[in-house]
Amino acid sequence: MIIERRESVSVWRAGLAPFWAILASMILCAFLIAWAGAPIFQAYGLLVKGAFGSSFAINETLTRSIPLILTGLAVSVAFRAKFYNIGAEGQLYAGALAVTYFGTGLITLPTGLMIPFLILMGGLAGGALLLLPVLLKTHFKVDEVVTTLLLNFVVLLVVSFLIEGPWKDPMSLGWPQAASIIDEGVLPTLLAKGRLHFGLIIALVLAVVIWLMMKYSVFGYEIRAVGLNAKAAEFSGIKVNRTVILTAMISGGLAGIAGVSETAGLKGYLTLDLSPGFGYTGIAVAMLAQLNPLAVIPSAIFLSAVYVGSDAMSRAVNIPTYIADVLVGVSVLAVLCSVMFSQYKVRWLK
Amino acid sequence: MSDLFDILLTAGFWAATIRIVSPLIFGTLGELICERAGVLNLGIEGIMTVGAMSGWMWVYQGGDLWGGVLFAALMGSIFGLLHAIFTVHLGLSQHVTGIGITLFASALSYFVYRMLLPDATTPPKIVPFQSLEIPWLSEIPLIGEAVFSQSAMTYLALLSVPVVWYVLFRTPLGLAVRMSGENPVAVEAQGINVLAVRTGAVMVGSAFMAVGGAFITMSWFDAFYFGMINGRGWICVALVIFASWNPGRALIGALLFAGLEALQVRAQQSVGAFIPYQFFLMLPYVMSIVAMIVMARKTKYPQALLVPFRRGERV
Repeated sequence: MIIERRESVSVWRAGLAPFWAILASMILCAFLIAWAGAPIFQAYGLLVKGAFGSSFAINETLTRSIPLILTGLAVSVAFRAKFYNIGAEGQLYAGALAVTYFGTGLITLPTGLMIPFLILMGGLAGGALLLLPVLLKTHFKVDEVVTTLLLNFVVLLVVSFLIEGPWKDPMSLGWPQAASIIDEGVLPTLLAKGRLHFGLIIALVLAVVIWLMMKYSVFGYEIRAVGLNAKAAEFSGIKVNRTVILTAMISGGLAGIAGVSETAGLKGYLTLDLSPGFGYTGIAVAMLAQLNPLAVIPSAIFLSAVYVGSDAMSRAVNIPTYIADVLVGVSVLAVLCSVMFSQYKVRWLK
Repeated sequence: MSDLFDILLTAGFWAATIRIVSPLIFGTLGELICERAGVLNLGIEGIMTVGAMSGWMWVYQGGDLWGGVLFAALMGSIFGLLHAIFTVHLGLSQHVTGIGITLFASALSYFVYRMLLPDATTPPKIVPFQSLEIPWLSEIPLIGEAVFSQSAMTYLALLSVPVVWYVLFRTPLGLAVRMSGENPVAVEAQGINVLAVRTGAVMVGSAFMAVGGAFITMSWFDAFYFGMINGRGWICVALVIFASWNPGRALIGALLFAGLEALQVRAQQSVGAFIPYQFFLMLPYVMSIVAMIVMARKTKYPQALLVPFRRGERV
């Protein structure tokens, strides 16, 4: 058996790859649902209903997709340059720390200035956290995967220290949480009912901006060139290290903004359970989107629906909620496979 | 400061160090075997979780302890096989596959745990490995208590260091593994199947990782908690770099880390009032990064690490 590159890849074949991956993941998870003793189709029906069945459900699904769009964008930009930033989780919390530092009374600006200011600070904080791993990669050839992963743990401990110590809100009745973001800094809600907030607009605009940048700007071209073949890019005059560092800053910044949006938009204050692993799920979002910034939007909404829907499903038919995490993990592996087979074919040798 | 020196002289500190080092040794050796064959295995964190859950569950369901260790190893090697199919046979990105394996394996472990124990609010316990005092040797002062009064799994960890070293550096099999990570074309020219060697290495390495996870639930503690591995897998990946892919140095690095962890637990008790506990918990992660920076200039990666091998394709 040998695996060889297809001479041409049709748009259909490439475009369908993520859907095959989703189908495969759902079939695999169907075994787990069957094991839990629940009827498979009813369970998936409950999942869809839990995610999209009512205006409340749709509202929740969209709300939860906001951080996933942003971390998904963060991962897709970085992975395009073959810079494996697995630290979106930590960068998200770095953004949340920045918004808590500046947004809880240190500075007061009118809302129209306060929100952009907080977003900028959160983005800078997220980018700054990625500075060490990217410089270690470009200048010392230290693998960025391990450093970004380890920093996730460090940042979480810093958050834990701050909200249990110096930043602890005295009004919180003993719960470890920081003070609330001042009213000028809180992202407005979009609808009269539900939790959907302005973060969605920010995420959608950023997705379009990043897409335009990747597709039409020279810098976007450089990112793609570095990712495809760093050596060739170097020879053609692209400053590879500079490109990787800037890519990392954008990636970290996007994840940092996810932290701003969650803190100032959804929760209102910083806690240790601000993110149930949005940074890691962002990897799955980006992979399902095949690193395309626009495709990140439906991909994030899909995975958000999986989480929101599986909450409802597991309550109704008694399946552990971890089924959603299993589906996310499997989909990363499945999409790797399906994208590969859209580009390669297997030839059986006699 | 004198407090710290007092700690260093107690047998309890050294015994704790040797206990904490065991999962790090298993994990680091496992990653080292994979990387020596040219495959980065970032599934380690998830595979350790699988080992911790499955070994413990085996015993909880009535199996015996060594059966649990074997079962964990088997489960680990199955996930290793999955990693190998993706990275070795299909030549997919080792980074992304590894992260995918970690996400999948940890989620599946938690799912299975909840399936089998739906109502457990406090984690149920098993009877873990007991300490096994080695006659004569355990009576040596300090060293006897620190090294020779440990559980059987710790002895297994310590013994596996020279064994892995011997196999890797003194046997034809080890040569084939190392060369698959350095120059796979040359290995193929010798008539050895690189894909098979790499697959085997990743499976064996993953079994080691899973046993490291099993140690935590079956010898160190007696229950399975969520988030129990807590980045130990990633620390092992850093330790492999720190050790320059050498089992002996991996042991030294792991001892350094374990000593630090044992020290921080004790230091928390003496200076915990002045320094918040979070900074002690941060130490292993920060040290891992520092270790990688220190070694950065000197590291010689296996030449074919991260490079997929496709037969008949030009390099």
